[in-house]
Amino acid sequence: MTDTPAPGTKPRAKRWPYLVPLVAVLALGGVFAKRLSDISGGYDPKVIPTVLLNTPAPEFNLPPLPGLGEGLTSADIKGKVSLINVWGSWCVACTVEHPFLMEIAKTGEIPIYGIAWRDTPERSLAWLEKYGNPFTKIGQDPHSQTIINLGVTAAPESFLIDKEGIIRYKVSGIITREMWRDTIQPLIAQLNK
Amino acid sequence: MRIFVLLFALFFAGAVHAVEPSEMLKDPVLEARAREVSKHLRCVVCQNETIDESNADIAKDMRLLLRTRILAGDSNDQVIQFLVSRYGDYVLLKPRFMASTYLLWFGPFIVLLLGAFVVYRRLKGTPVAGPAPLSPEEKAALEELAPGERTP
Repeated sequence: MTDTPAPGTKPRAKRWPYLVPLVAVLALGGVFAKRLSDISGGYDPKVIPTVLLNTPAPEFNLPPLPGLGEGLTSADIKGKVSLINVWGSWCVACTVEHPFLMEIAKTGEIPIYGIAWRDTPERSLAWLEKYGNPFTKIGQDPHSQTIINLGVTAAPESFLIDKEGIIRYKVSGIITREMWRDTIQPLIAQLNK
Repeated sequence: MRIFVLLFALFFAGAVHAVEPSEMLKDPVLEARAREVSKHLRCVVCQNETIDESNADIAKDMRLLLRTRILAGDSNDQVIQFLVSRYGDYVLLKPRFMASTYLLWFGPFIVLLLGAFVVYRRLKGTPVAGPAPLSPEEKAALEELAPGERTP
């Protein structure tokens, strides 16, 4: 056979090193396949993992939108499991998320507090006028102070806060029905115990 | 001539900064510190820009916030820590040296050492094989073409 060197010839060079590139490419392909399937499974590489999970929400005292009563302070979010939703009239994804927030608000299962981010009161009010207001209370944060304290990067972003005012879950982006049913609702039930 | 002036200008065009004059602190020393700090912080919505260069709204607000902190007496490290405690290590443009980043920092050197090892093994394993010595016919042919030429 060709594998056995004929007497007198040099022993054949090892073959396995030629397999190294092949194995490397296959391994790399495996990693890519895994990451891609992660993305289709809901993993978003742009989302920064929050370091604030299970830490108390920061102190804040946000002014109200004119005509909507009080603003929003960190005292408001204590005593009851609640949802803080960061939105802006400039935020397209917020209009997509909005109908579902309206639905949650109608059931009354959890108070939703809004932070109107980087907006003018006029625009915020016009937006609420047009789409409806799901928020129990709203505070304005035109210069992102509280937003940065919450580690927010983009709107919409939502935080589930427990009775003690501790951040228990964060959603970067739109809250979907599936996410609500499969993850957030069970968490609310657990936190309400 | 004009083209040279243009090229000259292009060569010396500095990096574009997004800092607006209205954002700057009055004290030039503090402003310089603010600029220094913002060069280490990554814009959280644009992946690979510092907040010093980014025109994103949140980057602008972060610049204003860090200036407020500096005015309030924070050290550069305290300002950076303030943002890291909210956004995590992600806001640092240069990854910190810690257990989870050892591979990142040492990786290139490990690969270099591996390469050196492979090269060493190869050089040691194979004798320096020159071309096969000329056959008598070739020698004769060479002698004919270049009389007196030294042959191996």
